[in-house]
Amino acid sequence: MNRFDWRLAVGVAVVGAACLLWLVVAGALLWAVLDPADWHTVIEALGGRGGLLLFLWAGSLIPVAGLLRYLIAHYVRAPARLAEEARLRMNNEKAGPLKLRGSRENQRLAELLNGLLEKQYALQAEMADRVREASRQTELEKSRLAALMSELTKSVVVCNLDGRILLYNNRARIQFRRLSRAPGVAGGAELMGLGRSIYTVLDRRLVQHALENVQRRLNRGAGAPSAQFVTTTPSGKLLRVQMTPVRQVEAGGQDDAPRSIAEMTGFVLLIENITDDMQADSEKDRLLTSLTEGSRAALANTRAAIEVLEYPDIEEPMRERLLGVIREEIQSLSERIGEVQLTTSKALRSRWPLEDMLAGDLIEVAIKRLRSELGLHAQHENVDEALWLKVESFTLLQALLHLAARLKEHCGVRSLALRLNENEGRACLDLMWTPDQSDGNKAELGWDMEPIRVGRETLSLTVHDVLERHGGECWIEQEVEDQRHRCFFRLLLPLATPQEELPTATFMRHESRPEYYDFDLFQSSARSESLDDCPLGELVYTVFDTETTGLNPAGGDEIIQIGAVRIVNGKVLRHEYFDQLVDPRRLIPPAGIQIHGITPDMVRGQPTIDEVLPAFHSFCADTVLVAHNAAFDMRCLELKEKQTGLKFDHPVLDTLLLSALVHENQDSHRLEVIAERFGLTIIGRHTAIGDAMVTAEILVQLIPLLAEKGVHTLGQARQAAQQTYYARINY
Amino acid sequence: MKSRILIADDEPNIVISLEYLMRREGHEVSVARDGDEALEMIQREPPDLVLLDAMMPGKSGFEVCQAVRDDQRLAKVKIVMLTAKGRETDMAKGKALGVDAYIVKPFSTRDLAEKVRSMLADPA
Repeated sequence: MNRFDWRLAVGVAVVGAACLLWLVVAGALLWAVLDPADWHTVIEALGGRGGLLLFLWAGSLIPVAGLLRYLIAHYVRAPARLAEEARLRMNNEKAGPLKLRGSRENQRLAELLNGLLEKQYALQAEMADRVREASRQTELEKSRLAALMSELTKSVVVCNLDGRILLYNNRARIQFRRLSRAPGVAGGAELMGLGRSIYTVLDRRLVQHALENVQRRLNRGAGAPSAQFVTTTPSGKLLRVQMTPVRQVEAGGQDDAPRSIAEMTGFVLLIENITDDMQADSEKDRLLTSLTEGSRAALANTRAAIEVLEYPDIEEPMRERLLGVIREEIQSLSERIGEVQLTTSKALRSRWPLEDMLAGDLIEVAIKRLRSELGLHAQHENVDEALWLKVESFTLLQALLHLAARLKEHCGVRSLALRLNENEGRACLDLMWTPDQSDGNKAELGWDMEPIRVGRETLSLTVHDVLERHGGECWIEQEVEDQRHRCFFRLLLPLATPQEELPTATFMRHESRPEYYDFDLFQSSARSESLDDCPLGELVYTVFDTETTGLNPAGGDEIIQIGAVRIVNGKVLRHEYFDQLVDPRRLIPPAGIQIHGITPDMVRGQPTIDEVLPAFHSFCADTVLVAHNAAFDMRCLELKEKQTGLKFDHPVLDTLLLSALVHENQDSHRLEVIAERFGLTIIGRHTAIGDAMVTAEILVQLIPLLAEKGVHTLGQARQAAQQTYYARINY
Repeated sequence: MKSRILIADDEPNIVISLEYLMRREGHEVSVARDGDEALEMIQREPPDLVLLDAMMPGKSGFEVCQAVRDDQRLAKVKIVMLTAKGRETDMAKGKALGVDAYIVKPFSTRDLAEKVRSMLADPA
């Protein structure tokens, strides 16, 4: 980029002035030694050619300027650029060695710096190794905990005392996606994210109240100081939340064991969606009421009628009316019982804890145990493996083994087959055998009423009990298929609603493990100072990029893609991203398609900007917005303000300006050039999310470099960026 | 002496029997089909005793009972609450609102007749 260099101007001015001075002095001296008579001749000779003289003087300045320009570029800017590049490399090995450019002196300087940098890197690597070794153990424990959390089937969210989220597990992520009012767009990432406030989902007062309860119990020295509350979400779901404190840990006395003290540093929330449970419960209540109170009235009417009928002197019409009453009430009672039976088989079943299990898994275990414990030849046939059952697998397997053992003892059965299929909303588990032709079928159903015996162990349960727990049944059937006569025990079992299998893509964007936790957030506390006074390293950023139909948003160009990623505690959270195509409701010029690769087909059926911006707005709530050449992206958002009513009045940082601030001697501050300078690779240049990711990485790299320039806080960064050359170009 | 009894119940099937029973006992019987009607009839012409169903459209039995007990002029009216709600909390509520007897459905008509007879005999 060519820009005005004051050094060049000053240099030319100085040389020009010197020449002029020399000319004037030389002329004056000449004048002094000449005769007055010659004065006239000289004046005559020069005549009106003074202008020519001046022109010659000015003309001679052009080569001077060229020479100066060369000298400045080679001997002033080149070393300055070298200094910038070296400084950048001090903490960034990836950027590679300095290029040998410019004058020979400059090249030797670069060589020397390269040598020094090598040493610096070696030293850094050694330091890093030591630090890594020291923190490896802690990291290991932290990630073990995080891994544990991610496997739990309950939603777990850990917050610090300000309600900022510092750990959440995958289940919580799924749950909050269901609570999201814009599930298609932000996928719940606008609710659940590291460093976000839990109060966007849970009522602050409720949480505060629970916190106070917990604190009171802690102070009292209670053993398990936890609190519970139930709350409704804006989307109408019912959540049961259990809160347990995270206590300050301090090193103990002699044995050095860590000791928890009464002071809280945060809290753990176990969140359960009980909407369905509550519905089942209220259905149960309704049934019970209908059974008791409803029947009471009907019984009263009937009884009263019968007792009146017993009077010997009752008149015929009255008798008829009373009989009518009895008929009617008996009828309504029968109907009620019928209805209750229909619904209760589901709702009123005793609450034995049943778990969801895949049919394939159950059969596999059953076969293994039939073989190992009874020495039977067992195999499966016709098993619908993808069926989800709701079973208590331990006792169910015991029951199966019991029946198989009886078959072995009484009927001499040596070979069994297991079959599992769905039939009329229930699972049929068949334990099949081929009966001995000679003595027929000796199996008895009575076996299901005797205590289950497995090996030498006798349980207090019967097969019947086990099936009762499942709300199931059991009987013996026979079938002839392909001239094969077979008998089987049929066990009816309940089905589970299919479990939600998440597409892996929803949480595995990159090869690394999800960043679902950041315990460093425990340390941060409520900020009393304004954002402007906040150190750059502590802020939460939303780094974003937009792709548009063209470069003139004011002239009708529209956003067609928004990509954004968050930075919390100086780390880019690659798993909490926003990536959304937008239907621009207008033509996408072919020229643009070559750059961003977004075709009209791709945006068809996508949400419009009215739907996307609210989700994006919540995604960036309480953060600093960052973009490369932010003026353009902010202009695009600003133009939608009237339409959507959303004001993006966040503080804004521009990586282009910050880069220019840090590296004022570099020619280019285009995104790919900066990325190359930092040794970053861009995945998906000119996709919004790709550009946002790399912009985020650049910002993380820029923050320490800014600090070296004395720019530490957001306020300083904004002010300094305004003063850079690039900031003066209006978009 | 002929007593005047008001039966307040929205279920005709019980009213048939109760009406017959009370007539047989020698009382003068009137019937109200809902709470509002019951209260209006009680205020217009206070009966000696009301057989009051707890759950009726309009005013519930409890509300009628409360309104009657709030009215000094109706202090003599005896209230028998007939209800399908057998929970103890409901009985406690009935007692608190000034019900003289709380009878849970289903009940024996003989017991009911007996109860009514004794209540009417009792001057208090």
